[in-house]
Amino acid sequence: MTGDPLYLDGVDLTDVGITIVKVLVAFTFLLIATMFMVWFERKLISDMQNRIGPNVAGPWGLLQTFADGVKFFFKEDLRPENADPLVFRLAPYISAVTAFLSFAIVPIGGSFGGDSSGTVTIFGRETYLQVADPPIGILLLLAMSSVAVYGVMLAGWASGSKYPLIGSVRASAQAISYEAALGMATVVVVVLAGTLSTHGIVAAQSGGFSRWFLVSSGIVPFIVFLIAATAELNRPPFDLVEAEQELVGGFHTEYSSIRFALFFLAEFMNVITMSAIMVTLFFGGPAGPIFFGMTWLWPTMWFLLKVLAFLFVFVWFRATLPRLRYDQLMHLGWKLLIPLILFWLMFISLKELRAAYDWNWVVTYGAALVALAIGASLLVVALRAGDRAYQEELEEV
Amino acid sequence: MGYLDGFRVTFMKLFEERVTTEYPKEKRPKPSRFHGRHVLNRYEDGMEKCIGCELCAGVCPAQCIYVRGADNPEADPVSPGERYGYVYEINYLRCIHCDLCVEACPTEAITESKLFEFSFANRADAIYTKAELVVDDEGLPRRQPWELWHKGDDVATSGWMRATASAGNPDYENRIGWSGELGYGVRTPEKGQHRGTNSGDDH
Repeated sequence: MTGDPLYLDGVDLTDVGITIVKVLVAFTFLLIATMFMVWFERKLISDMQNRIGPNVAGPWGLLQTFADGVKFFFKEDLRPENADPLVFRLAPYISAVTAFLSFAIVPIGGSFGGDSSGTVTIFGRETYLQVADPPIGILLLLAMSSVAVYGVMLAGWASGSKYPLIGSVRASAQAISYEAALGMATVVVVVLAGTLSTHGIVAAQSGGFSRWFLVSSGIVPFIVFLIAATAELNRPPFDLVEAEQELVGGFHTEYSSIRFALFFLAEFMNVITMSAIMVTLFFGGPAGPIFFGMTWLWPTMWFLLKVLAFLFVFVWFRATLPRLRYDQLMHLGWKLLIPLILFWLMFISLKELRAAYDWNWVVTYGAALVALAIGASLLVVALRAGDRAYQEELEEV
Repeated sequence: MGYLDGFRVTFMKLFEERVTTEYPKEKRPKPSRFHGRHVLNRYEDGMEKCIGCELCAGVCPAQCIYVRGADNPEADPVSPGERYGYVYEINYLRCIHCDLCVEACPTEAITESKLFEFSFANRADAIYTKAELVVDDEGLPRRQPWELWHKGDDVATSGWMRATASAGNPDYENRIGWSGELGYGVRTPEKGQHRGTNSGDDH
């Protein structure tokens, strides 16, 4: 039986209280983490550019985001005349709410492995350290990141202005392209774990570094996931949606005041959520050595450390890589990442099937290799033809 | 490493020195030809150099200078020669400190000081009139209440002119080509613009 043990024996008032506390803690944690993520990004990117960065508001400029937030609240809220009033107002909330919701499925602590199944005891009740553990688990993330595109798309469309519209059209094309790779990289993990539940995925990785799906899936799905996630987050080098130099601000050009702040919040919150999801899928979630005392605290600390490492990586990407051209973006997504992860998914599935049904080694992998060779050569022929047509098109221009 | 080289570059930047100067807290020394607010110079005998020819107003790309010339009163002439600057106004909300007025001036009447830290509470204050621009009896700029002065800013008011080859012609180096100034006399020339001779002088 999967699911949070909290609800197994009926739901009473204490259970409801615990759930509310968990929701509040997660909500507050995410808000504060987002605030410091903005500061962290600005500070780190300054460091990578020989600058100092924010250093006036609070010690080391820690309160800079807070000051910005206060400023946003007091700014005038403008709405363009051509904007669709309802949709224009709705869009920022779609972005923000989906950003909040996807974090609910991330297990942020609890010791896994051995006889402990990742539960902690609060007020005498056993429960998971995550807001929700729905049976569909990781699908919620994919659903939410798909819905989040609506926030961006509707914002651009409802602004009644051309640059936001171009930005949002780019956003939807980009999100659809990379969601396929993102989804399939997730499916590799799901195949290995045998469950969709995030708690189950983390539990399947317990028991040492070699059990992490980063290793046992062969690194490729992780790299594909990382690239696709960066694209999904609209972060550099995939920030064509905002592309200041071309589109002013992209989909949020016409937004001001607290509505703009909501987009900003959602963007950085998504970065944190995506990092947390990557830790969950590939890095064993809160797994890590537990030393002396405070046994319940160590896993959470390991989890936070791993997330922080990913936040660093995302800022590092931004500091290093120039933005892709639009056709390069599409090439990378459709012609490289999707075929690669597709082959990888089939290979991993085959491996699992062979182990499950005890098929013959030689026959299984021989047949797989033949199928792979045929598939790869067909793909190469198709890509060549596509490239030729593309080059001709370029020459005509 | 090909594609990944850039990551090493940005990572190593973390350990490098920061180039930022935190301006209000620390101030860098100004270059010797810094363009600050203007002064109107006077000859050593106290006469004004400005002859009201309006060349500065004509050349000004921001059109921030307003000049009206008038005939010198015979009993008490303001400048040597026929005419003098009767009205002289510079609007510092428009001035871009390009120094074209200084180059246009045939009598070296207008030069730029090092003073740039000034702000106004109203638009009228932004228009410096002749009374505020003309140097005082020591040949120093007149300090306005809204100006922030630093040591040495007020004395180097015609630094650029001491470039002895303002047209970039090294033949004129060290040949003094300008008139004396009230409070200073004929200023000694700068080192010049010959390649290498002036290095390090601008800091």
